[in-house]
Amino acid sequence: MSRGLHRREVVKALLKDRSGLLVVAGLGSSAWDCAAAGDHPLTFPLWGAMGSACMIGLGLALAQPKRRVLVITGDGEMLMGLGSLATIGAQRPGNLAIVVLDNERYGETGMQETHTAHGTELGAVARACGFSEARIVRAVAGIRAMRSGVYRGRGPLFYQVKVKQEFPPLVLPPRDGGYLKNRFREALLGKRDLAD
Amino acid sequence: MSGKTSRARSAASVDWPAAIYRVLKSQRVRQVSYVPDAGHKRLIELCHADKRMAAVPLTSEEEGIGLAAGAWLGGERAALLMQSSGVGNCVNAFTLAANCKFPLLMLITMRGEEGELNPWQIPMGRATPETLRLGGVRVFRLDHAADAPAKVSAAARLAFEDCAAVAVTISQSLIGIKSFEEKP
Repeated sequence: MSRGLHRREVVKALLKDRSGLLVVAGLGSSAWDCAAAGDHPLTFPLWGAMGSACMIGLGLALAQPKRRVLVITGDGEMLMGLGSLATIGAQRPGNLAIVVLDNERYGETGMQETHTAHGTELGAVARACGFSEARIVRAVAGIRAMRSGVYRGRGPLFYQVKVKQEFPPLVLPPRDGGYLKNRFREALLGKRDLAD
Repeated sequence: MSGKTSRARSAASVDWPAAIYRVLKSQRVRQVSYVPDAGHKRLIELCHADKRMAAVPLTSEEEGIGLAAGAWLGGERAALLMQSSGVGNCVNAFTLAANCKFPLLMLITMRGEEGELNPWQIPMGRATPETLRLGGVRVFRLDHAADAPAKVSAAARLAFEDCAAVAVTISQSLIGIKSFEEKP
């Protein structure tokens, strides 16, 4: 059994009693993990646009400065959007946190090794880009402090969570992008014209 | 990207970047992201000077498509500025517009057109309109500075009222040809 935390337990701990938290889930296992923690209108799971999760989080954080925004994604998805860490570092949104579930593998395509298996430290990249906090979480003991950062810390915050190479049962979120978008906006903004 | 341009005579009399900025304001655009282009220099400066706008420099153009999607989820309108070379970087991210019907307003200054002095700009410049169409983006062409308010306004309304992906491609003849003889 590989080392690291169980990804489902990490996500469940982060999303328990989530109150007004706005969540963007990167494509693949991270989106399934968020669905397993409970489908929610204020979770926007991605089924494509790999590399975009953090930027969607930034646009949302800038638009909703009084709400907390959490991006949950995988190491492969994060690596494709590495430049977005520099873009976020330049904006310094105080309400944005990024949690990368790092199993050092492309889980959806045959468990090929990602660059984090070969030395890339995503947390160090985030720190170098000006994130106010960037940590590696390896043990259950670190989850509590991470949760506290996500809900109350001064962003932008970055947590690289080392997780096991495992395949929990598939739990899929809705797949219709228009539905996911509209239900999110309605839950957040109320019943104003959805095309406004 | 940076560097002085020799402006075409036809463009000298109309301040089209300011006209575009006024359209963005009247359309309540609050987030303007960009990868710089000399042709967008003035518009970028106007957006940065506006305290009610977030001007967001990107490392690569596709980031702006994610940003616009996030802005819309949060109830704000966004626009994305780039030069035509950046369109190729965006292709996979167009799925956000196609699948979710996120509004997407892109203002694209053209390279690789008549008079281009850098041959490396030509392939992507020539492919830009077709690349956009294949990605599901509706393309408006801006050839004359005086048309900027009407064209950009129509594009913005289509994007935000119809939740469509729309690009305005801004002719290189309007921007001027980048000269490699002058120092930036």
